[in-house]
Amino acid sequence: MPRFAYFDPHPARAVTTQSPLHQFAATASGGESSVVLRENAFLDHLILRGESEVLIASVQAVLGLALPTEPQRLVMGEAGSLQWLSPDEWLLIVAAGEGFRLQRELREALGSAHFSIVDVSGGQTLLELDGACAVDVLMKSTAYDVDPRAFPVGRGVTSVFAKATAVIRRVDEQRWELVIRRSFADYCLRWLLDAGEEYGIDYRPAELGATISRAAVVDTETMS
Amino acid sequence: MFHIYCPYCAEYREEEEFHPKGQAHIARPADPTASSDDAWGDYLFFRDNPRGVHHELWVHAVGCRKFFNITRDTRSYAILETYRMGEQPGVTAESVTLAERDSERKTSDTATMQGVPS
Repeated sequence: MPRFAYFDPHPARAVTTQSPLHQFAATASGGESSVVLRENAFLDHLILRGESEVLIASVQAVLGLALPTEPQRLVMGEAGSLQWLSPDEWLLIVAAGEGFRLQRELREALGSAHFSIVDVSGGQTLLELDGACAVDVLMKSTAYDVDPRAFPVGRGVTSVFAKATAVIRRVDEQRWELVIRRSFADYCLRWLLDAGEEYGIDYRPAELGATISRAAVVDTETMS
Repeated sequence: MFHIYCPYCAEYREEEEFHPKGQAHIARPADPTASSDDAWGDYLFFRDNPRGVHHELWVHAVGCRKFFNITRDTRSYAILETYRMGEQPGVTAESVTLAERDSERKTSDTATMQGVPS
């Protein structure tokens, strides 16, 4: 039977977490801003891997989300969002602190099936572009066709973004999300601020040094 | 810039998202210890360099990160088809040669017919 060492990335002890973009201060455009850039830091990112037939039932039961089996699909629900990355790989983004519990529940539901769940929260962060000109900022940054007619809500792709890479998702009519690598976060943010200058981009950083604390079980447990 | 069809993403993507990985359909000898030096050397180092149809392994490096195959014409750089791993090519050197011979025959037939007074 598989054995897993669990650890909680947000232990009960109050730990100050720092966003990869902590050094950037808010910018105010002064006038009308047609695009707002926000960092949704400290969310839990999990990579689910396995055959879709293996995962689909457990994902539905634990997360209440229908595993998207069609390419470039993104589903959103109360639990969080689940995106197709490749035929056997999905990105699950949930609220801070939820990943540990969901990971454990998914492992229990999947039992001895052939699958993998990896917590990648520390390696990437999520930026949100909101506003009428968000799509114009994206068009300047990626070669992928982000025209609203070709890129409906609920679509997400991994593509080249500003010479780096990003997962580009459309979550709402005027709201787009970018999942970027932590090591590229500084560069990508500078690029976005520059690209959005002509639209009066307004940057709202994540709360500085947010503290996530909760009564969590920190132990190492093996599944039998 | 041109677009390449990824059979896993099921859409055309920018060329810069892809990387070529050399010749496709190279099977590792089933029993390496029993294979001769020549056969092992062929497997490791020697690749085809055809003029015309070539089957290649590519990876969608920025995207789904899956490997897949491309059939490409080395004379015109035209991509004739892309297909998933484990599948066999629909376009081969033989099929292209046959098609070319057919079209040549048709052209010459047309030329002869045009020469015939009505």
